[in-house]
Amino acid sequence: MRRLPPAALIGLVFTGLYFFGAIFAGLIAPYGMAEVVGDRWEPWSAAHPLGTDSIGRDLLSRMIWGGQTTIFVATAATLLSFTLGSVLGFVAAVRGGFVDQLLSRFVDLIMSIPSLIFALAVLSVTPVTVPVLILVMGLLDSTRVFRLARAVAVDVTVMDFVEAAKLRGERTGWIIFREILPNALSPLIAEMGLRFIFMVLFISTLSFLGLGVQPPLADWGGIVKENREGIVWGVPAALVPAFAIATLAISVNLVADWILNRTSSLKGGRGG
Amino acid sequence: MHPVLILVARRVALGVLLLWAASVLLFAGTMILPGDVAQSILGQSATPVALANLRAELGLNDPPLTRYLNWLGGVLQGDLGTALTNGQDIAEALGRRLGNTLFLAATAAVIAVPLAIGLGLLAARYRDRWPDKVISTFTLATVSIPEFLLGYIAIFFLSVNFRIFPSLAAVHEGMSLGERLYAVSLPALVLVLVVLGHMMRMTRAAILNVMESAYVETAELKGLRPFAVVARHAFPNAVAPVVNVVMLNLAYLVVGVVVVEVVFVYPGMGQYLVDHVSKRDVPVVQACGLIFAAVYIGLNLVADIVSIVSNPRLRHPK
Repeated sequence: MRRLPPAALIGLVFTGLYFFGAIFAGLIAPYGMAEVVGDRWEPWSAAHPLGTDSIGRDLLSRMIWGGQTTIFVATAATLLSFTLGSVLGFVAAVRGGFVDQLLSRFVDLIMSIPSLIFALAVLSVTPVTVPVLILVMGLLDSTRVFRLARAVAVDVTVMDFVEAAKLRGERTGWIIFREILPNALSPLIAEMGLRFIFMVLFISTLSFLGLGVQPPLADWGGIVKENREGIVWGVPAALVPAFAIATLAISVNLVADWILNRTSSLKGGRGG
Repeated sequence: MHPVLILVARRVALGVLLLWAASVLLFAGTMILPGDVAQSILGQSATPVALANLRAELGLNDPPLTRYLNWLGGVLQGDLGTALTNGQDIAEALGRRLGNTLFLAATAAVIAVPLAIGLGLLAARYRDRWPDKVISTFTLATVSIPEFLLGYIAIFFLSVNFRIFPSLAAVHEGMSLGERLYAVSLPALVLVLVVLGHMMRMTRAAILNVMESAYVETAELKGLRPFAVVARHAFPNAVAPVVNVVMLNLAYLVVGVVVVEVVFVYPGMGQYLVDHVSKRDVPVVQACGLIFAAVYIGLNLVADIVSIVSNPRLRHPK
């Protein structure tokens, strides 16, 4: 085991902190999610470290609760897109021929429409609830995972051990989970980090547009939306989520980079 | 026929096919989803009569295929239907907004493209030295913050604290070009920031990829001057990837516009789309979605055609 590079350590610590905050929001947050505790847009103080929001709720508490929602939705959508995308990608690579063509062309088609636009189109007729959001985001994003998983798996399927498994008559399921998956895992895990960031940005954008997580449930995009009038008065409340989103995204990025670098050296690439 | 022409024709045909398939997908996505569209438009408290009326108005009683063909037929003749919420003709309402959106996107593109290519070249030239590091740090920062927050950060500092630029991008008819440009300065700045990072990184990667190839090394080894190496060997092969990068990012720009328009209350297509999504105005959403998809597919098509045409290996077949 090589020593952990400082960048990866910082990334791991911050990512860990955010997830910890998300899981134990109920214990950490000083006030309730929708509890009105003061005047609107009070400045930063000892009682309210980040001040209060547009209707007088404690902003720090809102941020912690919002982190819980945002991180939960993003994690669930990432897991969905990941499971679906990689399994289908592996199937396409192993089966080849007609199945591969069908799946790949369908993915091309979905990717020919920008995902935000597609998501908006679907959300215009479905009820906007958390499960629907997770489903829509996960399904749309699984196309990107599919492409990566297929590309990686195509490289692995031509290896001798996969050939051997095929010749001794293993089923597709065995080949995918026991032969290909272990060899394709590291690029996929690094990609998982990037997809997670993308999901955080995606759900924040949707909530900001008013088509994501619905109030009174807090989430980072929604906090921007609720406090945006304050900007013109010089109240920075709406900018607080920017800091949270950016630090989360950068730390996850650092971890993903580290995983990718650490494992690419196995294949003779640059170590680091 | 020249092989390049055949390739281009095939790519154009594929683009048309994709656009058609995208229209099917958008239609299917908004029409045949589980659940009653009329119910979700009117909400739980709708009376049965209102539901029946809306279904008849939307043509929900016809089979889906008929509805799709009617819609597609209308679109092909330039008739995008009427908005449910105010009965306005969509094509008419969209006309000026589309112009506004394209103006904003074009302003951003004119600034971002040369800047990104220049900085990308700089990063490739000073690879792993400080200009490269500064550029990649900057990129990481801009791609980690969503567009709308960049917008508010810009408003907070540039228009509230320092009062340099207007915080709302209000444009109306009769404004001169200069006034218009001033009005869209902040949204354009945000869009530039949004695409700049990606474009620089991808340009850098494309240039490095070409510069590290065997034929460039051969050219260097046979004693060509550096300028000749770049002009004769590297440049012709770098055009295609760089144009590709630019087009992909312009396509991305078209989507970024949606969010940025909402932030700056700019009267463009994106704001129109978002407004009508929350009003559940399905015909407007379909029309806007189709236009965005068409622009997106179109830009990707141009990217592919340019890379076919500019590829020296295809242009001079053996």
